[in-house]
Amino acid sequence: MSTVQRTIRFTLNGEAVAADVPTHWNVVELLQNRFGLFGARESCGQGLCGCCTVLVNGNAVSGCLYLAAFVHGAEVTTIEHGAAGRELDAVQQAFIEAGAFQCGFCTPGFVLMTRQLLDEKPDPTEDDIRHYLSGNLCRCAAYPEIVAAVKLAAQKRRAGQGR
Amino acid sequence: MRAEEKRGAVGRSIPRLEGRAKVTGRAEYVHNLRLPGMLYGKIARSTIAHGRIKRIDVAAAQAVEGVHRVVTGADIRALIPDPHYGPAFHDQPILALDKVRYAGEPVAVVLASDPHVAEEAAGLVDVQYEALPAVYDEVEAMTSKAIVHEVLKPAGTFPDLKHFQGRKNTNVALDFRLRRGDAEAALKKADRVFEHTFRTQQVLHVPLEPFVSAAEPGDGTLTIHTASQSPSFVRTEIARLLEWPESKVRVKVPYLGGGFGAKLYIKLEALVAALALLVRRPVKISLTMEEQFYTLTKHAATLRIKSGVAKDGRVTARLCEVWWNGGAYADIGPRITQKSGFTAPGPYDIEHVHIDSYALYTNLPPAGALRGFGIPQLVWAYEGHTDMIARELKMDPVEFRRKNILRDGRPQATGTVMQDAAIDKVLERVAARMDWGKPFDRGSGTVRRGRGVVIGFKAVIAPTTSVAIVNLYADGSCALYCSTVDMGQGSDTAMAQIVAEILGIPIESITVVHPDTEVTPYDMATLGSRSTYHMGNAVRRAAEDARDKLLALAREVGVSVETTPIAEVFRRKYGMQAGNIIGSGSFIPTYMPMDHDTGQTANATPFWMVGATGAEVEVDTETGRVRVTRLVNVADVGTPINPAIVESQLSGAAIMQLGFTMSEKMEFSAGQCTNASLAQYKIPGLLDVPEGMENEAVDAEQKGGPFGAKGVGETGTFGVSPAIANAIDDAVGVRLTSLPLTAEAVYRALRAKQGNPLKD
Repeated sequence: MSTVQRTIRFTLNGEAVAADVPTHWNVVELLQNRFGLFGARESCGQGLCGCCTVLVNGNAVSGCLYLAAFVHGAEVTTIEHGAAGRELDAVQQAFIEAGAFQCGFCTPGFVLMTRQLLDEKPDPTEDDIRHYLSGNLCRCAAYPEIVAAVKLAAQKRRAGQGR
Repeated sequence: MRAEEKRGAVGRSIPRLEGRAKVTGRAEYVHNLRLPGMLYGKIARSTIAHGRIKRIDVAAAQAVEGVHRVVTGADIRALIPDPHYGPAFHDQPILALDKVRYAGEPVAVVLASDPHVAEEAAGLVDVQYEALPAVYDEVEAMTSKAIVHEVLKPAGTFPDLKHFQGRKNTNVALDFRLRRGDAEAALKKADRVFEHTFRTQQVLHVPLEPFVSAAEPGDGTLTIHTASQSPSFVRTEIARLLEWPESKVRVKVPYLGGGFGAKLYIKLEALVAALALLVRRPVKISLTMEEQFYTLTKHAATLRIKSGVAKDGRVTARLCEVWWNGGAYADIGPRITQKSGFTAPGPYDIEHVHIDSYALYTNLPPAGALRGFGIPQLVWAYEGHTDMIARELKMDPVEFRRKNILRDGRPQATGTVMQDAAIDKVLERVAARMDWGKPFDRGSGTVRRGRGVVIGFKAVIAPTTSVAIVNLYADGSCALYCSTVDMGQGSDTAMAQIVAEILGIPIESITVVHPDTEVTPYDMATLGSRSTYHMGNAVRRAAEDARDKLLALAREVGVSVETTPIAEVFRRKYGMQAGNIIGSGSFIPTYMPMDHDTGQTANATPFWMVGATGAEVEVDTETGRVRVTRLVNVADVGTPINPAIVESQLSGAAIMQLGFTMSEKMEFSAGQCTNASLAQYKIPGLLDVPEGMENEAVDAEQKGGPFGAKGVGETGTFGVSPAIANAIDDAVGVRLTSLPLTAEAVYRALRAKQGNPLKD
């Protein structure tokens, strides 16, 4: 198969970066193969499970369906943003305290979507939470704990704890 | 142990040790692994369900630029003369040889540095088959002329399979029988006799981390990195295939992105091992979500159950026949057939019991263990049957169960006397939570409400072994070496809690070393809810051994551990921060094999798991749509080591089983799975979770378990399906005997009840 390469420049977790990528790569491949970031994971490969969630210009997208070349000039944020040696944010703390994960494979997607939900709606109802996160799947089914974690994170944010 | 360090680690809901790694996306999975010079393998799969391979043409695939090599079964056979694996039968070839037995079976592999190249080339492998008649139904497989395996080859591990050696012209891979009393005679004498047949569908595990394995050849050694629940088995089986000592095969397992029974025994490991040795480079294979549908599934089953009941509502006799659809390769199916099969009559005190449980080969993707090891299929039958009898007898379903329940001190169908099985307590607690005796809102108009309560039980598989090592460092911190795989169930945390409790050290100072067969000792596998009890006991013994050695060292240097920090004890002995204390422990429970002809034994299992489910539903009579509004899970888990993690296991298991109850079903056309994607095969999401989810671990203690604990991973699955079917019957008076309970199935049943059935 013939491979066309393209150089892309974008902002990754706050840092200006460049990478040569085959044009058929998706964002998950870009992050894993060029930057060693494995928090966004391909699972269903159809944009249905949310394991590959990343933020592009502040919007959550399925990294498995989003071509790498399309992030040229964009701002990409992954679960690894700010993780090294820093405090966890309110959402991450809440997920740990509420036990809102089991195997952890889907957790980065849930954390990123929860941040986006709380940015839009600082005090979501249970119904808001269920609908907003309905595109993220957790086969371990830690769903009741995830709902509790989102409520706890909202409380923490309102109380000014964490980002 | 100094008083201020005693923290009482066991029995507390300590957050998981790996929480930070998981919420920051930095937890280690095999998916993250990249090795220098690594090739990616993509699999070309059988397009037919049963046929002889006439010819494999790899020329077009090999010609794709960037392809390193195309490998077929013949290449594997040149390396490994008999390349068949399996825990019960050596029946599964690493790549198909001579014939294929299910659509989706691996036939060839393309290796390339670029996985996209390998994938494109895999699509160009041209295989010609001579189609053979196929069999798909488990009951038909009993008498079908289509024979899946020409000759049966038991693995030799299990004595009750030895008599299958060399058998021909059969699809039966185990015919387990249990005879207690004389059920036929008792049925003749019974006041009433009831007989029902139930079916369950083929579903699959769907861990969100699909199967993935990598192999790295060394100098006369091989390292396998794999998402496996059974690293010790992988090492033993790969060493057997290669005819190498076990010490030359190293198996490493980091965290798993879910397992649920899928990632047991050999899946991709033998394939990557053979490929890596053939090309002398590291090889990794990551399956796609679609390919999971062609790898391992849960047994579809047909279950016939017949009971004799006395006038007073006592069940006097029960006849159970179970046909397990094992698919093309036995995997662990024969063990499910027996080890779960013997609980087919349910947790009831019945004098006369006959069980016939058959493992069948068919031309479908292989079936194995899935969170319950066959128990959810059995409970589906016996708890539907139980409610149907109660309704016929016009008895309250809970009262009918009370009358027949199996209590501690009474013999189960195997003759094993029940102990530490809180069956009655679990039943009473679920009934109380459901306000069973009180009036219930039955709905009105087109939305009708109903409720159901069921109870199930399971015997943990026996006998199995676990070994653990505790390494106490000179600063008082500690490492625990154990081959239990943390696939999300929280075993790292629970095991560390046991060590912290016994050594009296903070849990934060304990590192759990993940399975690495060169480092961590033997464990049978992480399966069947066995780890808390078996590995928990091994860890407890290892920690006690380390504690005893620490006490001896303290005596030797003339100090008391009550007043002296551990680090000071080491300093007194070695003059500096140096040395180790190594504690080890191993555990195998007592067990007595079953009699081959009667299934009788005085000691069938070290412990019983008990789970009850209560469900409330709303049924829309115009559409058949069922909404589960409340799901109550009550279980006997002994005394929980970590109550929050235990609750999460009960809840997660119940929601998973809710998917198998309401929506999940593998659809087939001529043996080809036609819904192999999450777009068409729907697993539960947040909107599917009932508004009322309640979980309770009853006050209980498992004698012989570590700190009174026992297994819990599967218990929440047992009763979900029949509880919902019973609630639907309660709401609208229709009885579904096949899963899943889709709106269409309910609507068809409603129309049939009205005497106006829909056309198929």
